[in-house]
Amino acid sequence: VVSVANEKAGVLHGSLALMVLRTLDTLGPLHGWGIARRIEQISGDALALNQGTLYPALLRLQQMGWITAKWGASEHNRRARFYAITRAGKKQLAKEAAAWDRISSILARFAKPAGESS
Amino acid sequence: MTGLRVFLWRLAGLFRKGSLERDMDEEIDFHLQMEIAENLRRGMTPQAARAAAHRRLGGVAQIKEAYRETHALPVLQVLWQDLRYGFRMLRRSPGFSLLAILCLTLGIGANAAVFSWIEGVLLRPFPLVAHQDRMMAMAGTNRGMPGHDDVSWPDFLDLQKNSTLFDAFIADKIMGTTLSIGDRAQVTTGSIVSANYFDALGVRPILGRGFEPAEDFGRNAHPVTVISYQMWKDRFHRDPAIVGKTQMLNGMPHTIVGVAPEGFYGTFVGWAMQFWVPASMQERFSGNVYKLEDRGAGWIEGFVRLKPGATAQRAQAEISALAGRLERDYPSTNRGRGIELYPLWRTPFNNAGTLLPTLSIALAVVVFVLLIACANVSNLLLVKAFGRRHEMTMRVALGAGRGRLLRQLLTEGVILASLAAAGGLAVAYRCRNLLMLLLPARGGNTMNLPGEIDWRVLALSVGVCFLTTLLFGLVPALQTSSIDMSCAMRAESGGVVGGRRRALLRSTLVVAQISLSFVLLVGASLLIESLRAIRSTNPGFSTSNTLTTWVDLIAAGYDLPRARDFQDELVDRLQSHAGVESVALVRIPPFAYKSYSSARIAVDGYEPSPDEQPTVDYDEVGPAYFATLGIPLRSGREFTRADNETAPPVAVVNEAMVAQYWHGQDPVGRRLQVKGRWLRVAGVAKMSKYRNLLEASRPFFYVPVRQGALGGSLIIRTSLGPQTMLKILVREIQTLDRNLAPGELITMQEQVDRTTSAQRVAVAFLCTFGGLALLLAAIGLYGVMSYAVSQSRRELGLRMALGAAASDILRLVISQGLVLTIAGIVLGAGVALGLARLLGYLLYKVSPRDPLAFGLALVVMTLTALAACFLPAWRATRTDPVGALRD
Repeated sequence: VVSVANEKAGVLHGSLALMVLRTLDTLGPLHGWGIARRIEQISGDALALNQGTLYPALLRLQQMGWITAKWGASEHNRRARFYAITRAGKKQLAKEAAAWDRISSILARFAKPAGESS
Repeated sequence: MTGLRVFLWRLAGLFRKGSLERDMDEEIDFHLQMEIAENLRRGMTPQAARAAAHRRLGGVAQIKEAYRETHALPVLQVLWQDLRYGFRMLRRSPGFSLLAILCLTLGIGANAAVFSWIEGVLLRPFPLVAHQDRMMAMAGTNRGMPGHDDVSWPDFLDLQKNSTLFDAFIADKIMGTTLSIGDRAQVTTGSIVSANYFDALGVRPILGRGFEPAEDFGRNAHPVTVISYQMWKDRFHRDPAIVGKTQMLNGMPHTIVGVAPEGFYGTFVGWAMQFWVPASMQERFSGNVYKLEDRGAGWIEGFVRLKPGATAQRAQAEISALAGRLERDYPSTNRGRGIELYPLWRTPFNNAGTLLPTLSIALAVVVFVLLIACANVSNLLLVKAFGRRHEMTMRVALGAGRGRLLRQLLTEGVILASLAAAGGLAVAYRCRNLLMLLLPARGGNTMNLPGEIDWRVLALSVGVCFLTTLLFGLVPALQTSSIDMSCAMRAESGGVVGGRRRALLRSTLVVAQISLSFVLLVGASLLIESLRAIRSTNPGFSTSNTLTTWVDLIAAGYDLPRARDFQDELVDRLQSHAGVESVALVRIPPFAYKSYSSARIAVDGYEPSPDEQPTVDYDEVGPAYFATLGIPLRSGREFTRADNETAPPVAVVNEAMVAQYWHGQDPVGRRLQVKGRWLRVAGVAKMSKYRNLLEASRPFFYVPVRQGALGGSLIIRTSLGPQTMLKILVREIQTLDRNLAPGELITMQEQVDRTTSAQRVAVAFLCTFGGLALLLAAIGLYGVMSYAVSQSRRELGLRMALGAAASDILRLVISQGLVLTIAGIVLGAGVALGLARLLGYLLYKVSPRDPLAFGLALVVMTLTALAACFLPAWRATRTDPVGALRD
């Protein structure tokens, strides 16, 4: 499984890519601030995202061909850059999600105190 | 896939830098505005809202940097940085840069020029001709005899008909006619070719057509010609309606059927053909001897083109088998005859073969010069690196990676080499016609030997450029990249620890330079000695007070009887002049650039071995020929006017022929059969040279002009100079026929000298480059010694303080320089002993280990080294001991 994290080691966090792709997949085209807000909301503000790191990540996702960017008008009629997920992005999202599921289930098994004692 | 997409994305980013920055600004600004609006909605004060928004986002500058990094191609950007920095460094020391670029320009330029010559003369010698890589030259051979022979037309047709591995057989024969009848006659070179010539070569005439298959056949039946672009331009002023007009050629009106494209010179290395006639016109253009139905009469210098995929070996095997069959089927003409194919660069019948050894030497020489130039630049870079050690140490200390430093230094090298390569190609372009200048005009026509700068030459030159960069750039770069920080820092305080190794390296480079130059010097002096030996060789005839010239009567439309009468009349008129001792007619004067006729012979009492077919070259000569040229007769008599068409046929044979066919017994009065006709031997001539000074002694015989083919050359023995003689000649000729003019009139010495042009080119080449190499080596040695002196100021000062005299210091420094020189000479002598064989046949009566040549090179090298060391040594004696010790 090729994960985003492997692809661009150390710089792009796999989790962030997954979050962005999921957000765009669910909500449709969205500008950067919208994505940032959405991620914070979903995480229940538990994830103190340094919003600035989002933009280089968005650029990288474009370079991978997973999202596209287009200038358009925002809800307040300001010029904003809207990002949308591509078909390749959706495929990648499915892959990432599956991988993530597997990893988290493995980690979850280790995390349970019952597992330790048996 | 993904990698490529990312790369292209980033590459595009490089060119959209401005708009990317704007987009980024706008996007971040939008983000902040949205966040502030949100904060205000939550009830913050405008100031607090703004501060909070900025805090959430993080540092704008960092985001932008991260953004840019993601967007950029770091490799290209670093390269760009290196390039800019490199240019700045080179500009900062213009003297160094100029010297380095000059050295390399010389090295790369010389290489590119020689590449272009090899390409244009040897590898792809025929501009506009398609598929030259599959073309081979074809010539006949005679078993047991060295050299090549021409192919006969019947043999040519049989080979063409019965072979399977060839696309095309092309017959070609260079010939000349006289065209510009004015004050001076001018030879115009043309070719007799098979009718398939233009089609097979893939050359389409720009006007009219090439030849048609039928034009190969019928004795003198197709007086048609295709003219060159140059002739169309110069003689016919680009007449668009030229096709269909006629031009007198050798006394016969020829219809111009086509004009060859510009840049097509035919297929004879060294000459630009001006017109072509089909094979059916052979008799008219080669001495009025009809050869098209005579299997024993060779005249064709052929070319073949192999089918794609056919190898030279298989082609040769097939040709040899066919030649073997011809030998069995036609033993009377073909016994002992074979056919050989040659790669174009070894073509035996044009200048490719002559120039091959010269050009291979030239190639070796320029590679040497390039190596010397590289060593010199390497040395310069080392000096400069020493000056930059502080900078380098600083950069390492500030965290620059070793790889990055290496790359930086190599980039500087690439800049130097690229500039030099550009200069070098310009040099090569200027020099592409240089070979032509080195080789003299023959028969009044200048030669055509253009170098060819095509993509292969360009690619090779670029390759050389990068190779040199590695050669000269890597040594100093590696040394710099291995900077030992602590050591370098200490070196700042005046130690010489780091200098020792560098000095050793520089000395090694200088030794290499000296040894390479020494090799070139040895080569040059060997060739000079050889040329001297060649020139002091006695040609066997007198070269002083003898002149030669020609009058082309065939081209002027004379028939045979009229031409004979004209010639006799002219000889009589010239001989009546005071100062003219004697005049003789000859068909082909010795050392002319024409081949003699050769004939199958039989001799009473000589039994040839079964597969031997005695074949001997001969020439038609007039009365008093031997006296005029100063060739002594061993016995018998010269030809006289009485030896004419009606008299019994006679011959004069040379000593080699006597030795071979009469076992050394005087053959005067004996019989000799030539082409089925019996001649009586009238005299024996002393050995002389016939084609060039280097040839081995060979059988040769002479027949009277009136009993052979018509010739047009004169030998004049006179004490008058060529200029005076020419005036007399023009006057006498024009009294006889107002429309005639003589050809070039030269001394026999000049005639002889022209045959040593290959040797002279080689000498000129080696001397020029040997001199340049010597200069470069001297600069290198000077640099090393100057550096050594400047480094050992303290030591010198101490010695002087302890009482060393100026002469001691001088001796000390010079002896150090001489140690390097001797090391270089010893090394170079070893290499030279191994390489001198390369000079091959250019060496005449000189051993490749000739002690005199080595001695000469040794003296020149040592003197140069002394000169190069003297200035630094003298500067050393001027060291102020007090100052040096106080520093």
